[in-house]
Amino acid sequence: MTLIKSILAELISLFVDDGNLALQVVALVVLVTVITKLAGISALASAAVLVVGCVVILIASVLRKARSG
Amino acid sequence: MTSVTALASTVSAAFLGSLVEVVEAFTIVLAVGITRSWRPALIGSGLALILLVVIVLIFGPLIALIPIHLMQFVVGVLLLLFGMRWLRKAILRAAGVIPLHDEALAFAKETDILMRQAAERRADWLAGVAAFKAVLLEGVEVVFIVIAVGTSRGLTFYAGLGALAAVVLVMVVGAVLHRPLTQIPENALKFAVGLMLTAFGIFWLGEGIGAEWPGADLALLGILLLLGAVSALAVSLARRSNPISRGVR
Repeated sequence: MTLIKSILAELISLFVDDGNLALQVVALVVLVTVITKLAGISALASAAVLVVGCVVILIASVLRKARSG
Repeated sequence: MTSVTALASTVSAAFLGSLVEVVEAFTIVLAVGITRSWRPALIGSGLALILLVVIVLIFGPLIALIPIHLMQFVVGVLLLLFGMRWLRKAILRAAGVIPLHDEALAFAKETDILMRQAAERRADWLAGVAAFKAVLLEGVEVVFIVIAVGTSRGLTFYAGLGALAAVVLVMVVGAVLHRPLTQIPENALKFAVGLMLTAFGIFWLGEGIGAEWPGADLALLGILLLLGAVSALAVSLARRSNPISRGVR
């Protein structure tokens, strides 16, 4: 049972390491999906929001960790 | 739609990603084999490989049933989470914020654990479990990388060949050297793979949502280059923001 638990925990950690990073990525996915499907912004603008959002989330996560030591 | 860009990026991402994972699994299996004996090392590894094959045989055909846009969306989200985690860690390691992964240290730690367990009656079992767990967990990552980078474009076979090439390379080099593969620039590899997987994730997610990529497949290269530039900047900013890195430099 301990083995299965530890394997499951490590499987989850493949996708979620820094909880904030994972949450922000999911929030960005929801935002881009909503503005593309419901708000009707252009497909090109959706792509731009997605790329810029990922870049901002990545830099913010790195700096948060760097500042906290 | 199989362009040279899609094929080359798929095979190289699968090869490099798998190389990192296989090296890590090899370190643990080697520690078990040398410290305890090769019997539990090979049995544990063999059982994990059989389980991985069963997982692929069960889930592989199911993936083909998912509509393409939904699959691109799901794969894109998972790749983004997986890739950005790798990239973030590689940036932090390159900036000196967190220590580099050290195969020699991992080997020493595993050897130490196995030696402390040597007196136990179930030492062979524990050694086998260590090999099983290492091969299974790293193997699941390899399977995920192959499926994630290959499925959305129907290039799973080629992605699998890339992963197989990594396995063969590590096995051959490992059999010759008979020690942990410490010379492999692991963080540089993780950096490259993190960039590729994140770029794939953004690209597939965009396709799944219905975003439009200028230049179609070539947009993947553009995203990769942009992420590379941003990551280099992030390393520099992290180095300046981190008190430990600043002190060392």
